[in-house]
Amino acid sequence: MPWFSKKSKQIEAVPPEERVVKTENVFVKCDECEAHLYKRDLDESLQVCPKCGHHFRIGARERLSMLFDGGVYEELDAEVISIDPLEFVDTKPYKQRLKQAIKSSGVPEAIVSGRGKVADHPVFAGAMDMSFIGGSMGSAVGEKVTRLIERALKEHAALVLFSASGGARMQEGALSLMQMAKIAAALAALDEAQLPFISVLTDPTTGGVTASFAMLGDIVIAEPKALIGFAGPRVIEQTIRQKLPKDFQRSEFLLDHGMVDAIVDRREQRDYLGKLLNFMLNPEITGASEMDRLRSRAISGD
Amino acid sequence: MPVGTETTTAFERVQLARHPDRPYTLDFIERLFDEFVELHGDRRFADDPAIICGSARFHGLPIVVVGHQKGRDTKQRSYRNFGMPKPEGYRKALRVMKLAEKFGRPIFSLIDTPGAYPGIDAEERGQAEAIAFNLREMAKLKVPVIVTVIGEGGSGGALAIGVGDQVMMLENSIYSVISPEGCAAILWKDAKLAEQAATGLRLTAQDLFAENIIDKIIKEPPGGAHNDYDQAARYLDAALSERLAQAVSYSQEERLTRRYKKLRAFGRWGTA
Repeated sequence: MPWFSKKSKQIEAVPPEERVVKTENVFVKCDECEAHLYKRDLDESLQVCPKCGHHFRIGARERLSMLFDGGVYEELDAEVISIDPLEFVDTKPYKQRLKQAIKSSGVPEAIVSGRGKVADHPVFAGAMDMSFIGGSMGSAVGEKVTRLIERALKEHAALVLFSASGGARMQEGALSLMQMAKIAAALAALDEAQLPFISVLTDPTTGGVTASFAMLGDIVIAEPKALIGFAGPRVIEQTIRQKLPKDFQRSEFLLDHGMVDAIVDRREQRDYLGKLLNFMLNPEITGASEMDRLRSRAISGD
Repeated sequence: MPVGTETTTAFERVQLARHPDRPYTLDFIERLFDEFVELHGDRRFADDPAIICGSARFHGLPIVVVGHQKGRDTKQRSYRNFGMPKPEGYRKALRVMKLAEKFGRPIFSLIDTPGAYPGIDAEERGQAEAIAFNLREMAKLKVPVIVTVIGEGGSGGALAIGVGDQVMMLENSIYSVISPEGCAAILWKDAKLAEQAATGLRLTAQDLFAENIIDKIIKEPPGGAHNDYDQAARYLDAALSERLAQAVSYSQEERLTRRYKKLRAFGRWGTA
């Protein structure tokens, strides 16, 4: 009798395609410095490479959880989704693209809106998601942003928008284009009501999104090294047939050219936005008590 | 040299105002305000490091501060362009002052510049227009504007962020239509006569207070602000507190009327 025998004959050989050590979801390679990063470290540093500071692109829901106090927010207008008004077909029918996008991105539209608190201030925020048809803005995105503005107006709250977009959604034609005008008009009302709008530009922000709400913030800040522009670099290169300089249309280029108020590291954004909201949302000082306090300072100081 | 006393000469004040160790805008911001957030750029062309703007808190009250910034060492001086703003600097300052207006926050302006930058690029982008536009827009800002000359008040380059409800000067600061050197070079064709020009221009805080061009002289530590930044900041703090409280006590309409009347009254003339 053999010393060893197979107890069961059911054991099968592992197929070759599965014969790998599973490191997926354990290590991530940084796109910039190529360092191998432990995924948990990366999560802790808000998807910013702890070695070189490279900001990984992140999804809309992740973005909103990072923004709001305690990561808590109420999602709004999730029922607003895109339809195919032009029955548009490029390499694929638009309807099919939409279905795929919803499935693969895990978000219902290229923007997720939410209501919550930031540094205890009431804030309505929207974050765009590049994984949904390149973060493009169609009628649904335009409607969601506009509703968000209207809510901020109604509830006397601040508006924060994180843009990440390839631009207007071509598959909806001029309807997409008109979202730019629609949102800008709503922002004009917000401005009239003296309510704050902080625009945060993330990698990449281009096209019709840059040329509408992204650049209309009372304060416009950008994440480090984000690509920000109107015409994308590929379009410019093809048009003028010249190679573009390396830092062209990056956040730092925009700061030098006076287009953004500051470049703010993702890890410092909450704190930074908190300070700005303190400036913008605290009640106006007309109160006598504060002035008496100042006056007494003035007398004691002299 | 008896410094910071009644007998200090005009040219000595000029030298004190330009003292390389004199506290600059950022030195005061650090000492007077909390939660300072610097805001950059004019959203048109560039960010001008010769002017600093931002939101902050002054004894807990949200405010906006704008000011010229000079550099301390050679590298910084060239980065700050010796505190000489270009049009984009003035446009940035106005942009941030408009933010203050939108959110109902008072504005503190700190002046310290040899003058607006006289260069080809500045001309190309409309230096004169940028200054002129600020003068007009600042006259109608709905929020209190408290201006303090902390060092050099160099002509239009200073005035472009210097229109307000209250204009104060540190004891050893100067405010003039032209630098004494420039004046001497033009009028006497000899820059060496700057000392004489300094006296003639009546550019000291004491002269301008007597002439009703400014509203208050702010004391400096013995020997000048450069001897004790903290003490200089405390004196400035007290003055800002006092004048802000005063400016806020008026209604918006009243404040704007007073601001206009003050500007309207400038000048002395005769009648034939």
